Amino acid sequence: MSTTTLETQTALNGALNIGAETRSSQPGILVTDYNNRQTVGKITVDHPKMICREVNVYYGAKQALKNVGLDIGINEVVAFIGPSGCGKSTFLRCLNRMNDTITGCRVTGQIKLDSDDIYDKSIDVVQLRARIGMVFQKPNPFPKSIYENVAYGPRIHGMVNTKAELDDLVRASLERAGLLKEVATRMEEPGTSLSGGQQQRLCIARAIAVNPEVILMDEPCSALDPIATAKIEELIDELRESYTIVIVTHSMQQAARVSQRTAYFHLGDLIEVGETDQVFTNPKHKLTEDYITGRFG
Amino acid sequence: MPTLQNLRRGGRFRIPGDRAMPFYLFLSLLLFSTGAYYLGRKRAFAVSGGQIRNLHSLPSFYGSYTALWCILPALIVFALWVTLQPGIIVDLVVADLPPELHNLAPDRLNLVVNDLKNLVSGNFVSSTPDPAMLAAADHYRNLRTIGNAALWVVVLTLATLGIAYAWRTISPTFRARNRVEQVVNLFLIASSTIAIFTTLGIILSVAFESILFFQKVPITEFLFGLQWSPQTAMRADQTGSSGAFGSVPLFAGTLLISGIAMLIAVPIGLMSALFLSEYATPKFRAFAKPTLEVLAGIPTVVYGFFAALTVAPFIREIGTAMGLHVASESALAAGLVMGIMIIPFVSSLSDDVINAVPQSMRDGSYALGATKSETITRVLLPAALPGIVGSILLAVSRAIGETMIVVMAAGLSANLTANPLEAVTTVTVQIVTLLTGDQEFDSPKTLAAFALGLMLFVVTLILNIIALHVVRKYREQYE
Amino acid sequence: MNKPTSAASAPAILNRDIKTIVNAGLKRRHAAETRFRWYGLIAVSLGLLFVVLMFGNIISKGYPAFWQTYIQLPIKFDPAVIDPQGSRDPKTLESADYAALVRAGMRQMFPKVEGRLELRALYGLVSSNAALELQSRVLQNPALIGAEQEIWLLASADVDTLVKGNIDRSLDETERPIKDNQVGWVDKLKAAGKIEKQFNTILFSSGDSREPEMAGIRGALMGSFYTLLVTFLLSFPIGVATAVYLEEFAPKNRWTDIIEVNINNLAAVPSIVFGLLGLAVFINFFGLPRSAPLVGGLVLSLMTLPVIIIAGRAALTSVPPSIREAALGMGASKLQMVGHHVLPLAMPGMLTGSIIGMARALGESAPLLMIGMVAFIVDVPKGLMDPATVLPVQVYLWSDLPERAFVERTSAAIMVLLAFMILMNGLAILLRKRFERRW
Ligand SMILES: Nc1ncnc2c1ncn2[C@@H]1O[C@H](COP(=O)(O)OP(=O)(O)OP(=O)(O)O)[C@@H](O)[C@H]1O
Ligand SMILES: [Mg+2]
Repeated sequence: MSTTTLETQTALNGALNIGAETRSSQPGILVTDYNNRQTVGKITVDHPKMICREVNVYYGAKQALKNVGLDIGINEVVAFIGPSGCGKSTFLRCLNRMNDTITGCRVTGQIKLDSDDIYDKSIDVVQLRARIGMVFQKPNPFPKSIYENVAYGPRIHGMVNTKAELDDLVRASLERAGLLKEVATRMEEPGTSLSGGQQQRLCIARAIAVNPEVILMDEPCSALDPIATAKIEELIDELRESYTIVIVTHSMQQAARVSQRTAYFHLGDLIEVGETDQVFTNPKHKLTEDYITGRFG
Repeated sequence: MPTLQNLRRGGRFRIPGDRAMPFYLFLSLLLFSTGAYYLGRKRAFAVSGGQIRNLHSLPSFYGSYTALWCILPALIVFALWVTLQPGIIVDLVVADLPPELHNLAPDRLNLVVNDLKNLVSGNFVSSTPDPAMLAAADHYRNLRTIGNAALWVVVLTLATLGIAYAWRTISPTFRARNRVEQVVNLFLIASSTIAIFTTLGIILSVAFESILFFQKVPITEFLFGLQWSPQTAMRADQTGSSGAFGSVPLFAGTLLISGIAMLIAVPIGLMSALFLSEYATPKFRAFAKPTLEVLAGIPTVVYGFFAALTVAPFIREIGTAMGLHVASESALAAGLVMGIMIIPFVSSLSDDVINAVPQSMRDGSYALGATKSETITRVLLPAALPGIVGSILLAVSRAIGETMIVVMAAGLSANLTANPLEAVTTVTVQIVTLLTGDQEFDSPKTLAAFALGLMLFVVTLILNIIALHVVRKYREQYE
Repeated sequence: MNKPTSAASAPAILNRDIKTIVNAGLKRRHAAETRFRWYGLIAVSLGLLFVVLMFGNIISKGYPAFWQTYIQLPIKFDPAVIDPQGSRDPKTLESADYAALVRAGMRQMFPKVEGRLELRALYGLVSSNAALELQSRVLQNPALIGAEQEIWLLASADVDTLVKGNIDRSLDETERPIKDNQVGWVDKLKAAGKIEKQFNTILFSSGDSREPEMAGIRGALMGSFYTLLVTFLLSFPIGVATAVYLEEFAPKNRWTDIIEVNINNLAAVPSIVFGLLGLAVFINFFGLPRSAPLVGGLVLSLMTLPVIIIAGRAALTSVPPSIREAALGMGASKLQMVGHHVLPLAMPGMLTGSIIGMARALGESAPLLMIGMVAFIVDVPKGLMDPATVLPVQVYLWSDLPERAFVERTSAAIMVLLAFMILMNGLAILLRKRFERRW
């Protein structure tokens, strides 16, 4: 299951200032162990795009995430699952510092994008969020035309110089989001006039237009019907070629269909991480198993 | 410290309690109805044979029923009497005046009646009143005493009759509760129609006088005339139509001052709202928002005083220092202060509107890497635009109808100019100048005030309806 | 589902490195952000500055009016002047020439002053109120006759203004209200400790006057009181009843829609239009007296009604339906349910709205100008029918007068008005805090 040896893991983690991944007392279970808490499975990957260590999040006095450590690999889809209120969204919002907009929210620990610590003073959130796009649970197109919705990011970032360039960019983004055919003739209509599924793909197109490196999706299909959901899932699969994607979902099937790795959260703890197949067919932790088999949550 | 007034009062001749009579009668009536309540309740006990179960309603309802019968008819007669009596007495007294007084022109007669009233209430206007007047005053006093006595008798008799009627109707099967609730319901419904009657009253009274006005002055002259000088029409040898009643300069002046006000209020109000809702810390907002709203609570007369005595001279001084000619009642001063007054109006309305934009819009923009100001100018404002336009329209209607600031700080002469340093007059200023002071009611001068009032009402009504409609549609969009 | 074309067919721009692109514009964008923030801060500061400016301006102009200058004079209650016959008849005592006593006192202070003009200037230092003051003392205590006393008498407004430092002494004599010789006398009196500032009770105890030093706001305060009394007695019950009817009983149909739209529009009708209504309906049609608090109260209650109705409906909607259901479930009639359960819970909210409406009515002047509550009225009104004016209109009347002393008094009247407004709004806030309930 893992290609790296225990030694290399330890070396890597040592460099990141965390404890070792060890074999637990139960045979065959890999446990990452630091600061008195454990995550079952291997939190690291070979080619990480993002590296998170000892992430704690507090809303005022309330702690919403406890010592979470996780890597997100290049061009992979990672799914976050877990019962409601366990901190999936919270963790996702840490990754592009959307938590900054919430008063009273405090984040500690280390999150790196490539080699940059994103909570470092030298990092500009504007640039960071341009590099890490986000799609929300409820489609939230701006009250502008379809065209202007997609053109919004490129415009504010000054990505294009001519109208023709912008046209190209908008069309390409819509194309990638699989929406172009449906809206080609109605670019000037308001984004809110689309159906829910189309709106969500519009939001994805809007995110893609900025050409981010990572795309975060928080339950992108929860407001959609199965057909629209299927379209988005297909889209995610295709986008994986060019982007790193993190998706929060309540649908086990969806996680199984689109993701390569799955992380199970429970009450602010990251309980288990692993290859998606393995987590769903052979969960190592009791809580994960309960959740997946439907005995919980 | 004794003052002139106190001393004067000491020497004044008054019938004690005469003026307070209706008040005492009202108190007696209340007392009566309290008694009626207990009587009715006792009666209900009595007819039930001590078994409250036998009664249709609770005893207190029988009490209330009796009290209502006692007070309502009496109160209606009382109110009518009190409003009609003074007019009737004046008519009677005037009819009995000696012919040389009686045949005076209506406005002179009014003065005589005023003198008479002063005489009656013991204010000696001249040292040696005319004996005819003294006689009339006596007559007046007599009639008033008789009238008041009759009022007491009639009202209290009615109250007693009411009690007696209720007493007789009370029986165990009598549905007192339903009756009382009917009356209460009627009161509720009647109350809710008052708002309608107010609007009707406004429209009718203003429209009626306006029609009279338009019979004297052609409506086209009023609407499109460029000359406004109603004072010339005051002279007796001139007919109304020879005075100048072109309202264009007034509306131009109103627009100029309101325009200046909006130029101040919209940017400051809007930017304040944006800053307070998007940038300010909760602590700063908790302090700044109510403080700004203090501006909305200050009476407009205070703004007028501030404009006339502080801002206008200040602007004039600056202008003179810069070699400009500034009128001492410049439109700029009035507009500036009116703008200050409207700031909280714009800011709190836009604050509501901005807060109605869902957080998800902001999130969507931030997640794309937009800065706060980009989010505000490119997402928030366009999304909130209809609501903001609605708020601004409401503010404009407020500015157009504002009276005291312009009465105190704007000019009186109707100049047709766009220069904010000159003095202009407004619709409201003209209404006030035309209607304060002595007036005959059917002169074109006074009627013109109503025609202006009609225009003002119509314009602000249209603005309000549009604004309220836009704002409501806007809110529905995000619900 | 259309397969997205490969990256090759997408414009090259989609593959550009976002990091460097964004970096290029960052400096400019952050500058714009800072600028925007500053605009906002400046706007708020301007708003706050205006508040400070208004209050500072009014208070700095108005607070001296709470003190008034008095001059101490030796007064001889000369029997020959007051009561030559010695009859002690109150009529004689009342009509005696007390001003002569004041003049005598003045001459005693400045024996060297001679000549008609000079003497008149000298007498002008004391207010005409001084004679009335002496009159009242004698009437209260006839034993004073024959005695000699040092008495503090009200100075004229010009002296008051001079003492308060509001007259530029360096101006040419002809350009100031008080002449050089008068200034000299005042300085002498001051040096002798015969000039003093005392708390201004006249301001609160008397009605209007043409003489600034004798003008007070008592009449206007009472006028405001009576007017507001009528306003409250009419608008509160009717407003509450309307709110209750619309919220609890009215069927939702066209008619109630019309009422609702109508109320919202009425709330935005310019106040002066209500004045026109009052003039045409109450005065010309019903023949009620001009300038009466009753009419003022009627007009203001029509204006305040929409405010109370809107607040009342908000208060009623905030009462949870569960309470209504519980009451109805216990067999109460709908009216009992409203009267015993809903209304008491909504009452604090309704009162809050009403107090705010009353505060607004207190500051209202435009409609009252229309119905004649703008006359010069010396007497303090004693009832709803007496001619009266109200505090804001008094401010308007005084603000028109050129004397510096009136400017001061106007500001003082404004301070009193603002104090009442703050008091009422404070009460409303307190009420809201005290009874605020989260269901
Ligand atoms: N803005 C906030 N302020 C305070 N507490 C918050 C806030 N947002 C989330 N929380 C708390 O943090 C915890 C984690 O919330 P989070 O939204 O991350 O859960 P989630 O896993 O995304 O749940 P769901 O599946 O329902 O979306 C919850 O207990 C929640 O109450
Ligand atoms: Mg969530």
